[in-house]
Amino acid sequence: MPEAPFLRVPEHARTYRYDAVDREFLAQRIAEFRGQVRRRLAGELTEDEFKPLRLMNGLYLQLHAYMLRVAIPYGVLNSAQLRQLAYIARRWDRGWGHFTTRQNIQFNWTRLVDVPEMLEALAAVDMHAIQTSGNCIRNTTTDEFAGASPDEVADPRVYAEILRQWSSLHPEFTWLPRKFKIAVRGAEDDRIASRTHDVAVQLKRDPAGAVGFTIHVGGGMGRTPILGVPLFDFVPEAEFLRVMEAILRVYNALGQRENIYRARIKILVRDLGRDGFLALVQDELARMPVEPYRLAPEVVQAIRAHFAPPPFAAAEAVALPADPAFAAWVRHNTRPHRQPGYASAVISLKPVGGIPGDATAEQMEALAELADRHGFGELRVSHTQNLVLPHVRRDELHALWQGLRAAGLATANFGQGTDIIACPGLDYCALANARSIPISQQISERVDALDRAHALGELQIKISGCINACGHHHVGHIGILGVDKHGAEAYQITLGGAPGNDAAIGELIGPSFGYDAVAGAVETILRTHIAHRQPGERFLDTYRRIGQAPFKEALYAVA
Amino acid sequence: MPLLEDGRLVADHWASVADGPLPEGAVIVPPARLAEAAPRNAPLGVSIGNDVQVDTLAPWLPRLALVQVTLPKSKDGRAFSQIRALREYHGFRGEIRVAGHVIPDHYAMLLRCGASTVVVPEGSDPAVWRAARRVVSIAYQHAQSAEQPLALLRRRVA
Repeated sequence: MPEAPFLRVPEHARTYRYDAVDREFLAQRIAEFRGQVRRRLAGELTEDEFKPLRLMNGLYLQLHAYMLRVAIPYGVLNSAQLRQLAYIARRWDRGWGHFTTRQNIQFNWTRLVDVPEMLEALAAVDMHAIQTSGNCIRNTTTDEFAGASPDEVADPRVYAEILRQWSSLHPEFTWLPRKFKIAVRGAEDDRIASRTHDVAVQLKRDPAGAVGFTIHVGGGMGRTPILGVPLFDFVPEAEFLRVMEAILRVYNALGQRENIYRARIKILVRDLGRDGFLALVQDELARMPVEPYRLAPEVVQAIRAHFAPPPFAAAEAVALPADPAFAAWVRHNTRPHRQPGYASAVISLKPVGGIPGDATAEQMEALAELADRHGFGELRVSHTQNLVLPHVRRDELHALWQGLRAAGLATANFGQGTDIIACPGLDYCALANARSIPISQQISERVDALDRAHALGELQIKISGCINACGHHHVGHIGILGVDKHGAEAYQITLGGAPGNDAAIGELIGPSFGYDAVAGAVETILRTHIAHRQPGERFLDTYRRIGQAPFKEALYAVA
Repeated sequence: MPLLEDGRLVADHWASVADGPLPEGAVIVPPARLAEAAPRNAPLGVSIGNDVQVDTLAPWLPRLALVQVTLPKSKDGRAFSQIRALREYHGFRGEIRVAGHVIPDHYAMLLRCGASTVVVPEGSDPAVWRAARRVVSIAYQHAQSAEQPLALLRRRVA
């Protein structure tokens, strides 16, 4: 394992800092998993019994090997942790890792026998793989610009960390009907696909400035895509965990367990109706004692201290170099910062023709170095499978960009058509019906060529290799779903979906396309958009204005 | 089947009676037989399925010395909520016994929800259950059991 200086945690990176109790907890959890592996190998646990236990430690059995999914709590990590992930990729995998839409990282070529050691390497940098899978409360996700964005009313990392601790090995909610995903955001602008989550929390402030929470419930994708519905308009801070407990109590008692496609909370909420579900939650709240579940202000204060602003310099406004490639990167891949003279920089993991979300060990190490040099050693993972340096001085953006370019990480496409979300698909996944990665690569190259000629603007293409919808295709402006059609890979296309404030489920445009035809179909859709668009109009807006007909016509008209 | 309490195998003084005549002494019956069994001058227990809302037991709880809950499959966690509700909502102080497909990896969490005893398979080694109970001794949540009842977040700032 690398020596201590290698793993020195940067002083001003605002990750939650473990204390001795947190470290002891992780050590105990690894010891428990070692014991479970030993009992499995000794035949004391059946595979049926062992499976949920390994899943709750992040270990999946995929097509070719085990996959270890490592938690990156709410997508926040420091440079020492990223270096350790690079070390793990090189030591126990094939030299790369895959960042996911759940703000986690997956290692796709894991051997079971290595897992306890991998978990120990993670624990050395206060990381783990707890509850990255299984029918339990998963990694809480949040806004990759948390603590940096000027539009934030309160810091979502504070409440995401409180949820992380509350949900870790929860005695009552570890054997739920199905997985449970919570997203927290601190801004009105929904950058985290809130309404696709089982529970979505939005931080608000009352007129007196006190923090409270708007809560949506019952969102989800998969076979039955449903957008979450409003449950509470303003839950006071002290009541936060009580309300979470109440929601989970109702779900654990009444969620379906016989059919996994009907087991998510979205089905329960849909069947009971929002008001019916709310009545049950309120019944729990009425009976639940207040004091044991009260989120005390001193607790919030203690957690908030972990996420204090780093020591920003009083930076002057600067004119940036005029290099057009750099200017394009600044335009697409930086975001405004609350601190004058700073910006947030997005590192695209979507090179044209590449594999969405993959990073090599060398790239991770280069990024750790750049984060130390230009961003307080702090990084974020976004649900769009990109990385972010949240706090970069504007007068250092050019140096950062040069460093990124040297590492092959300067693709200027955040939020653009080539910034595609894709699941691992049939290249790795045991659930998949069709390949996602090569489809994504083909589409990326076509979209890039169109974009260069026609400036497509903001465009979200999302690809899933099966109905479980890990690639978020339901909420893609252009969504692509791989299916099995008489033993061959086929792809259904949906149009008009969106993940954010204008959230919508995409509509199926027509019959599916074969593996060799789907990239051409996407090009046809975009050429139709170009022919009909008004000046500056995004694909999504053109589609919503003119409807399906012109696209259908272009795709299916007999030549 | 052997009975586990506090990590040790203990004698079981209860008879489970689904149907047929009620024997002398302590009996565990299904909810439908509570009215029949309650007037007897002997300890009374009930065995409930995991789809039963424990509120429906409320009228009987003062008379009951034991409630048995069941995990039909190891991954079906409804009983955890039933146990917690019995302790927290109803203040039930009697024995809560867990039957069905229980594995040692459930044990610590069952106890934190408020369970008392577990019906374990024949030939179970109590040492394995004791080890599973102790291996993760730190818990972040409020519990119904006497150990660490306060959430870790709160203990830290206390």
